[in-house]
Amino acid sequence: MARKTILPFGPQHPVLPEPVHLDLVVEDEHVIEAIPQIGFVHRGLEKLVETRDYNQFVYIAERVCGICSFGHGYGYASATEKLLGLEIPRRAQYLRAILEELSRIHSHLLWLGLLADAFGFESLFNHCWRLRETILDIFQRTCGARIILSIVIVGGMAHDIDDSELKAICEKLDTLKRDYREIVDTMMNDSSVKSRLCGVGYISFEDAMELSMVGPFAKASGIEHDMRTTGFDAYGDLDHFEPIISNECDCYGRCKVRCAEVYQSIDIIKELVAKIPHDGIGKKPGPKVLPPDGGQSHVLIEQPRGEAFYYVRGNGTKNIERFRMRTPTSQNLAGMVRALQGVEVADVPMIILTIDPCISCTER
Amino acid sequence: MGYSSKSPWLIHYDGSSCNGCDIEVLDSMMPLYDIERFGIINTGNPKHADIFLVTGSVNHQNINVVKEIYDQMLEPKVVVACGICACTGGVFRDCYNVIGGVDKAIPVDVYAPGCAVRPETIIDAVLKAVDILDEKAKKMKAEKGRG
Ligand code: SF4
Repeated sequence: MARKTILPFGPQHPVLPEPVHLDLVVEDEHVIEAIPQIGFVHRGLEKLVETRDYNQFVYIAERVCGICSFGHGYGYASATEKLLGLEIPRRAQYLRAILEELSRIHSHLLWLGLLADAFGFESLFNHCWRLRETILDIFQRTCGARIILSIVIVGGMAHDIDDSELKAICEKLDTLKRDYREIVDTMMNDSSVKSRLCGVGYISFEDAMELSMVGPFAKASGIEHDMRTTGFDAYGDLDHFEPIISNECDCYGRCKVRCAEVYQSIDIIKELVAKIPHDGIGKKPGPKVLPPDGGQSHVLIEQPRGEAFYYVRGNGTKNIERFRMRTPTSQNLAGMVRALQGVEVADVPMIILTIDPCISCTER
Repeated sequence: MGYSSKSPWLIHYDGSSCNGCDIEVLDSMMPLYDIERFGIINTGNPKHADIFLVTGSVNHQNINVVKEIYDQMLEPKVVVACGICACTGGVFRDCYNVIGGVDKAIPVDVYAPGCAVRPETIIDAVLKAVDILDEKAKKMKAEKGRG
């Protein structure tokens, strides 16, 4: 008779770039239940908002997570601007959207590499990260840093990216697209990759709805849920935007959605660069501008991993009283635990990776 | 970096970092920076590793994990703190759950600053660690000879 054993997974594990601990209850190689244990990356940075002035906190918000770092700064800054009633120039909004899409490309490439590593496709891992360097080069040139960009400020952007630079970005993206297509076509049609991914980690449309999943994880289960369809900031000016969905509901589907999103992001960037207005980039609000007492606001943006929520409440001083965020991975963890039920132990790393968990966002 | 008698292997653990430094650590092993050209290999097993790269500060939940990994590594071993969080706690120094830099948990040999730490810095730090590793090995040998 099969015996139940508990297999500890993490927090230090070769396929995990980040610490999360799972107790896998296994019976003969089959996972019956996965019990997550979190808190390894908890720093408590939301509380720092009480001791920092609202302009300074952007830099802490950016350090919630290094992969979608730009997005967190963006989300916090937008929420605070809404609280203060600041209008920011269109150009700044466009630049933010362009950088957000660049972050998405870089995040998806990073993820694709890690996935390839998880099923032992080392050369693909290296190729994806090589391509990712193109985006990091763009960041280095335009923002002066590779990971933590510190270009968003409350009230706009810290500095402009001029038109010739934007054009150069588009050219670089063309090269990237060509190389990327080569890699993705090879990978998605490879029979060994397919046999590793197809049918693994199935989450049905109903389950995805019930567990309120977000981002590519939900899109791969057929849910059309993308914050960019709400047309926030510059996204409202796009001629046409439709979220990419797939009905495969398994690891392969999630892979497909993310791969296609990279092309979509490239197109969005090109469209925005062609349309970008020239009305300044905004500036820091003066010292007299303070968040109203009791005022509150929130924004929702689409991060590489899905919908992210930012909330701020003022108390009439230069500090913000409460900052709260809900990140996509915290929504998706429940789905991950569901997807892990009944799978084979060998598939566990794959499933965890196709959810693309970002633990430091989740635990902050 | 002088002549080293062996190819050091490294292990990486993410303390409570924001991921920024982690991806840079991984990046330094990728084709562009390619730390492997110095004979260095990334491993997941503490028992095989000579150099321990830690990113991020230690907090109440992970301090034991960091100590555990360090204890499982065989002598001689070197610890590199990658990123300002790992060195001192960085921007998160004042957070209620952060104890401080990695040196609050285990002895650190090389500090690599930066937020996020750049791959060039990591390479420099690791090469420095290789020298320290050699020194430690020599010392151990000498002690063994005496004993
Ligand atoms: S040093 Fe900076 S980039 Fe590195 S983990 Fe800390 S906050 Fe993140």
